[in-house]
Amino acid sequence: MAMGRFLERLGRVYLGVVLAFLYVPILVMAVMSFNQSEFYQLPIRFTTGWYEKLWNNSEILNAAWSSVWIACTTTVIATTLGTAAAIAFFRYEFRGKVILQALLFPPIAIPWLITGTAMLIFFFSIGLGRGAPAVIIGHVALALPYVIVVVTARLRTFDPQLEEAARSLGASSWEVTRSVTLPWIASGIIAGALFAFAVSFDQFVVSYFLAEPGDSTLPVVIYTAIRKGFTPEINAISTIIIVISMSLMLLAARYANFGGER
Amino acid sequence: MSSTLARRDGLRAATMISPAYIWLTVAVFLPLAAMLFFSFLSEAPFGDREWFVTAANYMEFFEKGFYLKLLVRSLTLGLVVTGFCILIGFPCAFVLAKTIKGRWREALFLLVILPFWSNSLVRIFSWAIVLRGNGVIDSVLDLILPFEVSVNLMFSYPAIVIGLVHSYLPYVILTSYLALQAIDDNLIDAARSMGAPRRMILWRIIIPLALPGLIAGAVLIFVPVVGSFMEPRILGGRSGTFFGTVIEDQFVAVFNWPLGAALSFILLGVVLLILAVSSPVLRRAQ
Repeated sequence: MAMGRFLERLGRVYLGVVLAFLYVPILVMAVMSFNQSEFYQLPIRFTTGWYEKLWNNSEILNAAWSSVWIACTTTVIATTLGTAAAIAFFRYEFRGKVILQALLFPPIAIPWLITGTAMLIFFFSIGLGRGAPAVIIGHVALALPYVIVVVTARLRTFDPQLEEAARSLGASSWEVTRSVTLPWIASGIIAGALFAFAVSFDQFVVSYFLAEPGDSTLPVVIYTAIRKGFTPEINAISTIIIVISMSLMLLAARYANFGGER
Repeated sequence: MSSTLARRDGLRAATMISPAYIWLTVAVFLPLAAMLFFSFLSEAPFGDREWFVTAANYMEFFEKGFYLKLLVRSLTLGLVVTGFCILIGFPCAFVLAKTIKGRWREALFLLVILPFWSNSLVRIFSWAIVLRGNGVIDSVLDLILPFEVSVNLMFSYPAIVIGLVHSYLPYVILTSYLALQAIDDNLIDAARSMGAPRRMILWRIIIPLALPGLIAGAVLIFVPVVGSFMEPRILGGRSGTFFGTVIEDQFVAVFNWPLGAALSFILLGVVLLILAVSSPVLRRAQ
């Protein structure tokens, strides 16, 4: 038994090492955003100067604004379309349903490099070209499957008899949806929306191919900066991004897992 | 009566579902078709450029060893990264699923998964900060070791592998954890009470039962790694030329879109083959 105790402790140490591997680089990056030296020299001399510089960097501010409004637009469209599709899948039986559900996986499973370049070709061919509309069309397509999957998961906890009861009491189809179904799956919709926002906000590959040069989202600007040579200013904006995207996911996890048990 | 009801239901289902699928068609499926068409053109058909239909782009792939070699290089990278992810991730998932209980388990699991859902570009950038010469690694080693060392992993193959393992490790932990959690503890207890040694329990019970989850995780890692270009670009520098980066070049630097489309389509073919071969296992893992 002593051996078992020892192995158990070893397992915990190992888990700690893996967590360190996952988090230490991010922490190092964040700490370096507070270091004065432009060349990342140690020891660290504390400054918030790089964050102040961000405020005057119009390129990064523009990109931040683009990232946020594109993510918001993506969230609204993907959540609306995705929730409608998820409810229909749940409520109706029809031919081809399995195929339609299987079609949700290519956008997730195919490497973004392929989808991104294919979108670039197609949008140029139909005359849309690069720019924010192209980016939004792409982001919504990537976010939709996640919304449908998350909302469908929440719908599994929903009793269809509630809808029937409401209908037998004379509620119209839309009234049933609005006052019975939607309130029940609200937490799933919120989680889906948060996922959609994160998919768009963190998306690099598709934005990279579809954004207009000079008017891109944050990840594209960061990528360009990394390749041209960078200062801790990039650490500062990266730190802000990672804090936002991790908080979003913590919120989403709360709504997706724990929202259901009332 | 019931048939009109059914028709009305069908109509409602169609109006609720079609917007999402029209969107997916315009944004994903039509573009893939357009790319297939493009891959058979001699020239991008914009402006008044002359173009004709040809298989030359595919011939270039098969005739020039260069592209084939890069595809093999990318596939190898996929295997190496997937291998490391399994070696590191499976034991981690085991510890989480079988030795830690209650709230701690949920919290730690979330902590492992969290980075995966955060910005991947930023995480790769963080390794660029850690791995650069005269950087953090050197300072830490100087503190520990009595002699001067200089480690510069930046712009090397190991750097790319480290960055990619960091990016995709949570995937294999997630799928293995779900598979391991589904194994009935009584099964393990029964084997133990009958005197099965630890190693036998591992190889005869745990690994076979967790295998679908493990394979699902492996496929989910292998596919995007083969198509990666941002990670090798940032962490690999000059040693970072892979199949993905060559495709990127065709679209953003060389502007040979038809060749890029053909290379993208070859990559898609490889990806679909892998997904098709593994789909029975993937379905079982759900």
